[in-house]
Amino acid sequence: MSRRTQSLAISRFTIVNSLGVGSEAVARALCEKRSGLVSRNFETAGVDTCIGPVDGVEDFRIRQDLRDYDCRNNRLAQLCMDQNGFAAGVAAARESYGAGRIGLFLGTSTAGLHSTELAYRSRDPRTGALPADYRYAETQNTYSIGAFARRYLGLSGPGFVVSSACSSTAKVFGNAARMIAAGACDAAVVGGADTLCLMTLYGFQSLGLTSRYPCRPFDAERDGISIGEGAGFALLEKTDRAAPGALQLLGVGESSDAYHMSTPHPEGLGARMAMQRALASAGLEPRDIDYINLHGTATKSNDASEDRAVFDLFGPETPCSSTKGATGHLLGAAGITEAIISLLAIEQGMMPGGANTRRIDPALKSRYLLENKQQKISRVLSNSFGFGGSNCSLVLGVAP
Amino acid sequence: MRAYLEGVGLLGPGLQGWDASCPVLAGELPFRPAEAIIAASELLPAAERRRAPIPVKLALAVGQEALRNAGRDASATPTVFTSSSGEGETLHQMCETLASAEREVSPTRFHNSVHNAAAGYWSIATRCREASTSLCAYDASFGAGLIEAVAQIVAGAKAVALIAYDQPYPEPLHSARPIAGCFGVAFVLTSETTSRAAAVLEVEFLTVEERPTRMAEARLEAMRRGIPAARSLPLLATLARKAAESIALEFLDGTSVRVTVRPC
Repeated sequence: MSRRTQSLAISRFTIVNSLGVGSEAVARALCEKRSGLVSRNFETAGVDTCIGPVDGVEDFRIRQDLRDYDCRNNRLAQLCMDQNGFAAGVAAARESYGAGRIGLFLGTSTAGLHSTELAYRSRDPRTGALPADYRYAETQNTYSIGAFARRYLGLSGPGFVVSSACSSTAKVFGNAARMIAAGACDAAVVGGADTLCLMTLYGFQSLGLTSRYPCRPFDAERDGISIGEGAGFALLEKTDRAAPGALQLLGVGESSDAYHMSTPHPEGLGARMAMQRALASAGLEPRDIDYINLHGTATKSNDASEDRAVFDLFGPETPCSSTKGATGHLLGAAGITEAIISLLAIEQGMMPGGANTRRIDPALKSRYLLENKQQKISRVLSNSFGFGGSNCSLVLGVAP
Repeated sequence: MRAYLEGVGLLGPGLQGWDASCPVLAGELPFRPAEAIIAASELLPAAERRRAPIPVKLALAVGQEALRNAGRDASATPTVFTSSSGEGETLHQMCETLASAEREVSPTRFHNSVHNAAAGYWSIATRCREASTSLCAYDASFGAGLIEAVAQIVAGAKAVALIAYDQPYPEPLHSARPIAGCFGVAFVLTSETTSRAAAVLEVEFLTVEERPTRMAEARLEAMRRGIPAARSLPLLATLARKAAESIALEFLDGTSVRVTVRPC
């Protein structure tokens, strides 16, 4: 959206990933510069890589009336909505706006795909049929997380699920902003979840993109990603005048690489365009940004291309880092996770230094932070780029 | 929310292209069932043309037809893709591989498995660097794409291409989620009327579940109910008749999308 975005208040948010359950736990882990990445295999996977798992999902119970939706992805979504008073906050918003005036724009890359992976291992040996208790609509379909959250939160406004790989849950902020601007709703829940599954572990391995070590974004020796899992949700509301100190969505910028299905444009053209559009929609200049939360996946090509785009636009001064060394790459949930980490950075006045990275690649020119940096932060730019060349940048800030 | 309609693309069982399908949808010619013929887009580079799965070919074919009918430059037009099933055949092949002892996953198949594969191939084929999104809302996926595309127009976009498509799953997924055939539809929507505008659409999200407008022809009605992307058929029929009408499209539980069409 090139036109100025009307800023929206971010009145509630919640987050769960390998760093912790709820925003306080995640903020604490970032302050302590901990990483949630472990050298362990998910389920029966035999991939030599590290993962960022959320412990205890196996034993978590989905709300009884929604048990048809039971799968790892929806469990993670419910666990997340139960933190930070999020579900209660949405219930209060439902009272004031009406359930039909709150939109629900979620994202995911693989939804409950692991349920299908398990079902394919239990096919009827004679007919090939999937087990009778396999539930496609509630677990496998890309919309399953939307259907689940809509019922869990009791919402009846407009909604859908965005699935544009690793930019999905950044792009949902744009959907919410447009729907609110168009008058289709007054508030919106955005976010989503992505969970570990065999497809992404083996798939990224087949592309030679998984690292044996906890991923090291921007490091000279970086050699690939670590896949994590997690969820995050935020409540966006239209406001006439934001209260001082209120967190806000200031801008959204989207673009396409038009280059390759799984490799970013080498000069970062699409990334640069997304950042420029996000700044334009916020009515800001590069110098107005205090910190950049990079996409920074730790593959050779992604970091090089993003660095080029960031350096071209922001120069050598603007501090930036990737938090994927701490969380791993949450794929479809990366956008919301890093948007919320950006909000935590603003709240705490702390730019997180990149975990695991030891020696910055001398070929990369942006100002990458290795250590946490205490400083007042008013505006953050957060990048999310995905397969298919789908790019999205967000500008988040605090009302003066 | 208002938008002008400039071009349509259509490919479905017995519906081979928008111009050829208009008399059928308007009830002037009988509907003759036939499998949709889906050719690979000549816009794709040779390697991509080989690798593109059927849903990608379907989406590219209807998208290209709609932009050609609108006389618009695809490289300058943002896109909204929407699909209930996404890349079904690729999903099936991946799950079979992952259930086997070797688990030797093909990297091409993996990048083809993402829900936005069609959007990725489209941007490469048309050299379009504009914004693109890929949506899903199960049976309501067409309605979701329509409200998003029109919201983009209302929020300031000059033109948006909406591309909705579905392909049936192979077994065993087909039994768990039957989809009755391949169907793709595309609309070019604009913010201002031009000489190419065929109709003006007023699109409204309603928090009541209106009875969806049905197709008079029984086999087209079966298609509407059997393929999520074919939930667009009542809108296509109204456009084919060049009628001023208001129709209800299925959306999420307890809601509907009302489209009021006025020919230009």
